[in-house]
Amino acid sequence: MTLLREFRRDIAIAVVAFLVLLAIGFGIDSPWPRDFLTSIFAFGLLAMSLNLLIGYTGLVSFGHAAFFAFGGYVFGLLLQWEGFTSALGGASVPLAFVAALIGTALYSLVIGAICVRLTEIYFAFLTLAFQMFLYSVILSWVSLTGGDQGLMGGIPRPPFLGIDLGDAHHRYAACALVFVVCVLIMRIVTESPFGYTLRMIRDNAQRAAFLGVNVTRVKLICFVVAGSIAGVGGVILALFTSGAYPEWAFWAQSGEAIFMIMLGGLNVFVGPLVGAVALRILNDVVQMYTSHTEIVIGLVILFVVLGLRRGLLDFARDWWVDRQQARLAAANREGEER
Amino acid sequence: MLEIDALATCLSTPACLVNQTTSGLIIGMLLFLVASGVTLIFGVLHVINFAHGSFYMLGAYFAFTVYQLTGNYFLAAAAGAVGAAIAGIVFERLIISRVYGQNVLMQLLVCYAFILIVDDAVKIVWGAEYLAMGIPAEFRLPPYRIAGGFVPPFYLFLVAMAVIIGLGSLYVVTKTRFGKIVRAAAHNASMVSALGIRVPIYFALLFALGCALAGVAGALAAPVRSLTPGMGLGILVESFIVTVIGGMGSIPGAFLAAIILGLTRSIGSVGFPLFVDGAMFMMMALVLIFRPTGLLGQGTLR
Repeated sequence: MTLLREFRRDIAIAVVAFLVLLAIGFGIDSPWPRDFLTSIFAFGLLAMSLNLLIGYTGLVSFGHAAFFAFGGYVFGLLLQWEGFTSALGGASVPLAFVAALIGTALYSLVIGAICVRLTEIYFAFLTLAFQMFLYSVILSWVSLTGGDQGLMGGIPRPPFLGIDLGDAHHRYAACALVFVVCVLIMRIVTESPFGYTLRMIRDNAQRAAFLGVNVTRVKLICFVVAGSIAGVGGVILALFTSGAYPEWAFWAQSGEAIFMIMLGGLNVFVGPLVGAVALRILNDVVQMYTSHTEIVIGLVILFVVLGLRRGLLDFARDWWVDRQQARLAAANREGEER
Repeated sequence: MLEIDALATCLSTPACLVNQTTSGLIIGMLLFLVASGVTLIFGVLHVINFAHGSFYMLGAYFAFTVYQLTGNYFLAAAAGAVGAAIAGIVFERLIISRVYGQNVLMQLLVCYAFILIVDDAVKIVWGAEYLAMGIPAEFRLPPYRIAGGFVPPFYLFLVAMAVIIGLGSLYVVTKTRFGKIVRAAAHNASMVSALGIRVPIYFALLFALGCALAGVAGALAAPVRSLTPGMGLGILVESFIVTVIGGMGSIPGAFLAAIILGLTRSIGSVGFPLFVDGAMFMMMALVLIFRPTGLLGQGTLR
């Protein structure tokens, strides 16, 4: 139980966050905040898990959305398979969730085992290549996946333990719980000794190796954890949309996730989440004025990358640190004069 | 899934063999042109141009428009190359040169932004629906018969052009003064610039050369493929598989790998249609595991 004691502050924050999310979802008598937040849960998990790789380990993956799509498809396909739901009845939703989690973990283990040995550019491109491979499999295996139409006809959600995911409120609460737990897991991973090993590998992999760290293995573990959490994000989105669509596995989805991280801030834990919210709002606002959202988003990316050169929260943190230091310096000068 | 019979029949009839080989060579040559641009830019500037497919697309669309206006395909192909080169210089000067030497994340993001902007711009200018150019008037001749198979004259032109352009760019980089300066600058930019050479101009020109290769590939592809916004990404992923298999920075390696991949695609579409993509990725994975520097690549992975 040392884990509980060590992370009691984070656990308390998670509990409060969950209660606040519940209050928003149940307190406001409109589906809009629930729908908005559920999609943020899904894309937030995608972006935050990708930041385990990019921000903490320095592995720039351009194919992370593959795991997101994989989780969503496994979950949706299992529940659409009549043999599965009729044999398991009420237990089919939780079991499909577990199966999607394990399936995504195995899939990311295979892809990761090939990719993590490679250096930056190769890693980025190989992950992209494997994602496009999954995309082409989804498109061409029409009899299983429905091709470019995606999983049609809705995903059946038999109730379990008094929870009916067909009900909008139940579904929202379940998604919020899963989201908060996943974020807490990521927090624990990044603040544990393992998380500091990841940072050491990012900063100097050779030195980490000299200190006895098995760099390849640590990277692979991180890759599998990140892939699995992205898969959970896909499950949330599959629950929310009651389907699964090939665009989730398209390269642009990975590009978007990378931009969420950059927009929110690489070096702050919740940065990617802020980025996901900001990008979603930006998208909605731009869509009100023009159908050519991509040009506008592209220009915003160029501005953030070439202009700010860091994310919003990174920017705020740097500004705060600068101000503190200026104040300290001023205080020191005054002390000397006196 | 596997259609061994169809494959065996095809491999034993000369006509089918000739047809599949020529269509494989077509795919291979287009891949080779795009991949040699990627590999050239990477070899000298050490950036991966994730937006390289956009220049392929731009080349195809420029060629389409010029052909419609003038009816002259040779002019159209030249326009594709020059247009892509100009777009390449603009992209290099305004965007990518600001992230030289920075981490891959920045390079990736600016390329992502560029792809989004160009794809949307193409949609605005040319529309979102598929466009077809058709075989140009100059090449509307009866096909050659070789061992019972039919080979359209345009295919021969395409292969010949790709080989000439590939050899030409290899010559430019290895033998000319321009190539020597660029390679020296890649090795030690500050030393070269101390000798009074404007290094940024040479980098921009090299980038333009790489983009021109993609543009000419797009122009050559325009008569045989349909044009659509977003057509660049498919060929980008495949051309990267080519550079990985052939070896980063090696133009002969790209040539060899492109032919292997093209033939796998065309013969595979007879024998294992659902598994063609899988076969390509499997070859790449095998090369990465057993010979990570690629078939003809030298030195270490960067």
